[in-house]
Amino acid sequence: MTIRRRVLLAAAFAVGLAGPAWAQSLDITVPSNPGGGFDQTARALQGVLEKDKLASRIQIINTPGGGGTIGLAQFATTKAKRAGSIMVGGLAIVSAVPINKAPVTLDQVKPLARLTGEYLVLAVPKSSPLQSVEELIAKFKADPRSVSWGAGSAGSADHLLIGLLAQAAGVEPKGINYIAHSGGGEALSAVIGGHVTVGVSGYGEFEPQVAAGNLRVLAISSEQRIAGIDAPTFKEKGLDVTLVNWRGIFAPPGLKDDEFKALAEMVDKAVKSPAWKEALQKHSWQDLYLPAAPFETYLSRNRSSVTAVLKDIGLAQ
Amino acid sequence: MSSISALLDGFSVALAPANLLWASLGVFMGTAIGVLPGIGPALTIALLLPATFSFEPSSAFILFGGIYYGAVYGSSTTAILLNTPGETASVVTAIDGHAMAKQGRGAQALATAAIGSFVAGTLATAALTFVAPALVTLALKFGPAEYFALMVLALVTVTSLLGTSLPRGFASIFLGLALGLVGMDVQTGQARFTFGQLELLDGVGTVIIAVGLFAVGEALYVVARERFHREEIYAIKGSVWMSREDWRRSWKPWLRGTVIGFPIGALPAGGAEIPTFLSYVTEKRLTKHPEEFGKGAIEAVAGPEAANNAAVAGVLAPLLALGLPTSATAAMMLAAFQQYGIQPGPLLFQTNSQLIWGLLASLYIGNVMLLVLNLPLAGLWVRLLLIPRPWLYGGILVFATLGVYTLDNSLFDVALLWGIGMLGLAMRMLDVPVAPCIVALILGPMAEQHLRRALSISQGDPLVFVSSPLAAGILGLALAFLLVPLLLKLRQSQAVSP
Repeated sequence: MTIRRRVLLAAAFAVGLAGPAWAQSLDITVPSNPGGGFDQTARALQGVLEKDKLASRIQIINTPGGGGTIGLAQFATTKAKRAGSIMVGGLAIVSAVPINKAPVTLDQVKPLARLTGEYLVLAVPKSSPLQSVEELIAKFKADPRSVSWGAGSAGSADHLLIGLLAQAAGVEPKGINYIAHSGGGEALSAVIGGHVTVGVSGYGEFEPQVAAGNLRVLAISSEQRIAGIDAPTFKEKGLDVTLVNWRGIFAPPGLKDDEFKALAEMVDKAVKSPAWKEALQKHSWQDLYLPAAPFETYLSRNRSSVTAVLKDIGLAQ
Repeated sequence: MSSISALLDGFSVALAPANLLWASLGVFMGTAIGVLPGIGPALTIALLLPATFSFEPSSAFILFGGIYYGAVYGSSTTAILLNTPGETASVVTAIDGHAMAKQGRGAQALATAAIGSFVAGTLATAALTFVAPALVTLALKFGPAEYFALMVLALVTVTSLLGTSLPRGFASIFLGLALGLVGMDVQTGQARFTFGQLELLDGVGTVIIAVGLFAVGEALYVVARERFHREEIYAIKGSVWMSREDWRRSWKPWLRGTVIGFPIGALPAGGAEIPTFLSYVTEKRLTKHPEEFGKGAIEAVAGPEAANNAAVAGVLAPLLALGLPTSATAAMMLAAFQQYGIQPGPLLFQTNSQLIWGLLASLYIGNVMLLVLNLPLAGLWVRLLLIPRPWLYGGILVFATLGVYTLDNSLFDVALLWGIGMLGLAMRMLDVPVAPCIVALILGPMAEQHLRRALSISQGDPLVFVSSPLAAGILGLALAFLLVPLLLKLRQSQAVSP
């Protein structure tokens, strides 16, 4: 142990001499509990940064609460000028800010990079009479409340997807019979057990049940079909709906230009390393890397479209 | 039969010297974190995940399994000795366990908790080994209506915690229900009673309320009273071992606790708290000493402690058989599986059988280690109570505050803890029992969510609660729990009056 620690210290020292100041240490704010998607993203990134020696002494700080808005507020205020700090964020925070009327918004942090994402799928238990998304939409149009949607909490990516679907199908979005669940496992068991009409989730969570034949995927929310997933897109079925539950990282608002650039270069190296590709595959995440400038454009479009859907389903004013 | 040979194979994995070392390290760490409120097994596994990446998967899971079991056991120690439950599953233990400690019977309370945990843990692990897949199929039949019925059944337990004054008991229940409403409503995303505070959006943590009402409230109460009459330190009376009488009164609650705990733990929305409530009410109904309940009945420690350990093994059933994480710790274990590129689920027993059977075998071994570690220590732990009271309560306050701070590193939580502690003080001064408040706090929001889900799916038809035989049966059982004692009383008084 001591030898290893000395090596680490020496390495940290060497990096400290060679690189810019932040390379000595990095802290990653995760605005959720250990185990969730943000946390897994942070820990995967940590592994790659350590393995490729892009940063050392990486600390992960979990600040859960308020759908991520508490972590966001803490990061934007207490780390405003700290060069060695980043925060994980994504669609969940984009949606939580207007729902919770959070005083600190994503305007107060700087988008650094979009990293990964998961497409969402609709799935029914194997005993369900519904065989295709057309049949589901027909039932939904005929009697909106007769379709119960088992998914995550109100305002989650799952909820947004159904809001978009209702719009595309011409159903009043406030009439959605949305059955919210707090944890992933709870929603999944309600779907397999046939207690709800249809389940909505990121594909990764359903995958083992699909492989075992307990669930049947009706459609996926991507632009094109995804290799390895046997499901049509909504677009193929004539519904103009796409959605990706993206995750990315943000930098403190008060960084100097060279400090921000150094972070951006570090991330750029990390996402191009084989270790990162391996991590993506292991978690079945899509590679959705966007560097800072295009990410900023994407984010602003994403924020306005999410707010529009939230207004439709009655979760934001 | 193939299960048995596979399990023997598993033991050969788990009994490798290195893996034995990991198991004992896990059990030891688990006990330590269980003692601290705030630091739970989920966070510990999260912190260890990167470090275990270079391990063999089986070694890592043996370590995690030990932490998981150890944490549940460790939290009972502080619940009994310091009235500070480390996890919500030990809240019920604190009621009679701490009362026993005050009477100088802390060592016996610790011993019955340790042996009960061992018995329940071992039996439940055996059940996990052989019936997990079948049980999970049954568990999936539980929909919102059935869960609501189960919550109603669990709420009946409150009746056995009410104390002597009904208005005071109900005041406590309503306080708990009100506190449970704080936060964002899961179904509609609307904030309730948050007063614009983002920190309150996720509700008030159950651990914060439990520690505030039990530990801080009690410590403040003792401080407030101390000026008037001095009390002696808690003496340890007689032997530190369980007497024949203790054994006689403990073994049935252990077994009943196991039977209650395992299946409910295996339910995807069951958890480890509800079985402890159900076990408490069952023991109170069956005991020959109901007058001791709340004042240090050994059954009230033996049953719930067995129940929570059995439930913890139950939680592993849906995780291994379906890949369903049903607690924060299970979610971390799932993340750990994924780290090794293993997807728990229906196919896991075929694709990674050596790992699974190794994990199951190490759970048996972990249980033995927990007993070996904790039973001799019981006599040592109770010596904590020999610390002079001002020091002891000062220590409890520091310990509780630090523990709650480490929960989310939030000063808001600390302020909340002390606010609730003041409430606990007020309740004690007004002679309002605190236990019903906590039970209502845990069950109220769950019952509400399941009720609304059930009614939403049925599009408002309340018959959904009786049209399902399972839900109707559970509701009938709840009714029987309420009515049978009343009828018995009625018959007794009729028999006496003429």
